Amino acid sequence: MIETRGLRKSFTSRQGREKKTVEAVRGVDLNVAEGEIFGFLGPNGAGKTTTLRMLATLIVPDDGTATIAGADLRSDPGEVRRRIGYVAQGGSTWDDSTAREELILQARLYGVSKTVAHQRAERVLKGFQLSDYADRKCKTYSGGQRRRVDIALGIIHEPKVVFLDEPTTGLDPQSRAHMWDEIRRLRAEGMTVFITTHYLDEADALCDRISIMDNGEIVASGTPADLKREISGDVVRVGLPASSIAAAAEALEGYKFDTYDDNVRLYVEDGAVAIPQILRALDAADVPLGTVELHRPSLDDVFLTKTGRSLRES
Amino acid sequence: MKLLRDISLIFNRQMQLLLRNPVWILVGVFQPVMYLLLFAPLLKPALGVSTDAEAYEIFVPGLLVLLAIFGGLFQGFGLIAELRAGVIERSRVTPVSRVALLLGRSLRDVVSLIAQAVIITLLALVFDLRVFLGNLLLAYLMLALISLMTSAVSYGVALVVKSEDALAPLMNTVAQPVLLLSGILLPLTFAPGWLQGVADWNPFSWAVNGTRALFRGDLGAPDVWQGLLIMAVLAVLAVAWAAREFARSVR
Ligand SMILES: Nc1ncnc2c1ncn2[C@@H]1O[C@H](COP(=O)(O)OP(=O)(O)O)[C@@H](O)[C@H]1O
Ligand SMILES: [Mg+2]
Repeated sequence: MIETRGLRKSFTSRQGREKKTVEAVRGVDLNVAEGEIFGFLGPNGAGKTTTLRMLATLIVPDDGTATIAGADLRSDPGEVRRRIGYVAQGGSTWDDSTAREELILQARLYGVSKTVAHQRAERVLKGFQLSDYADRKCKTYSGGQRRRVDIALGIIHEPKVVFLDEPTTGLDPQSRAHMWDEIRRLRAEGMTVFITTHYLDEADALCDRISIMDNGEIVASGTPADLKREISGDVVRVGLPASSIAAAAEALEGYKFDTYDDNVRLYVEDGAVAIPQILRALDAADVPLGTVELHRPSLDDVFLTKTGRSLRES
Repeated sequence: MKLLRDISLIFNRQMQLLLRNPVWILVGVFQPVMYLLLFAPLLKPALGVSTDAEAYEIFVPGLLVLLAIFGGLFQGFGLIAELRAGVIERSRVTPVSRVALLLGRSLRDVVSLIAQAVIITLLALVFDLRVFLGNLLLAYLMLALISLMTSAVSYGVALVVKSEDALAPLMNTVAQPVLLLSGILLPLTFAPGWLQGVADWNPFSWAVNGTRALFRGDLGAPDVWQGLLIMAVLAVLAVAWAAREFARSVR
């Protein structure tokens, strides 16, 4: 449904006299299948929005190609626009308009008649449970309601693909759960949904497949389960004083592990069996032990092994 | 035709929002009306005329042109608010014509300007201004072209600078000399030669001369067609440029 090869984009911004070039997206290859919820997971500044804006025809890529819902991004952006919906990160409603007015206009911008536009607005208002506030000005809505209007606007023309840029950022837990249900409903209706997020749990629970993005590049792709399985077994995290990290690394020879400022993470078959052995090895090397944690690998561990940083910290 | 349909969609939405707060049209005419009531009567000696009617014949066209220039130039602020709200980006992912995104807005500005011009003209009629209807309509056409041009320029600049902080000083530095060098408030008849020379290069000076000729009832004066032609050409250029800015990437 979406296929990209080598998408690139850099921005040149001027700071005083100096020109600074940021390589926001450096060669992104993607394959998104029809009818899936595909997620882009990455920290702020990873280049998620820039990639989405290229795919939505808002900015022109410096390099690379893309086909979206059968239309070529470079040679036929007009056709791409007709087939996709795009919901920006920052929202898109006007304070003094009502949801119904916005929806009717949006539908008509895609060329349908007044009658059809009214019907579609009515239907999505019902679908997104917005009927009660449909005729109130957007400025009176809660954050969650406003976000639902944004998404309703993005799908009013029944696109094949919809891009949702951080659809749940800033929402309270209840609205987030609600939003996840809405997004699953879009998939059930046959839409391909492409979301970006920097929440690990969202990528894990909501997405069929994800690509992890960092620094303008995709560092891993797959289903959340597969990505976690790559890191076999369990993760044991041992907290240590920074001064003992080197000694610990020596003592743990033979284990698969990564060292960080104040801890060591070991990837083991079976944590319950490995922990006593690890502790014995460290103790024998006179490494002072702090905390010990055992957990199943999370997407954060995947991110960590690929980038050397934790997504939680960035 | 798709373009016309798109323009009317955008125009209707903008009018709907404008009419929701029609008080802005009145706020816009408040200052010119004050000028009309309090400033114009003082001008009789300066203009060398003996009746209010004659003074208004010279002063009102200038006032209307002034209103058209400034009203248009400051429309960009509304667009920056729309950019910030994400409304423009949402329009740009639809197949809507980029020219329509501009013209729908600029035409609303033209309509609100003409509404203000009508209010001021009616007031001036109370003060014995007399003008032929046909001439008046041509003068309104001139005003419409001016406002189309200035609002398009303002939108184009707004899309480039993207912030109120940059737009305000820019528009002021453009507007002030244009205003002072056009003989808008007072004809440049008594100005020194060099000033008149400079004014010849100011397109608004041609527009205001043309409008004054129309209010004088001098339909045949070359000022009229010259002013209309210059404004029409500039309006087309401004619209073409600003529409291109709508099509280009906007944050
Ligand atoms: N219009 C722009 N001009 C300059 N730099 C930009 C622009 N848009 C994005 N960037 C830069 O590109 C990088 C990626 O940004 P973005 O795509 O917004 O990341 P994300 O959505 O993953 O947080 C950032 O360093 C950001 O500052
Ligand atoms: Mg982003």
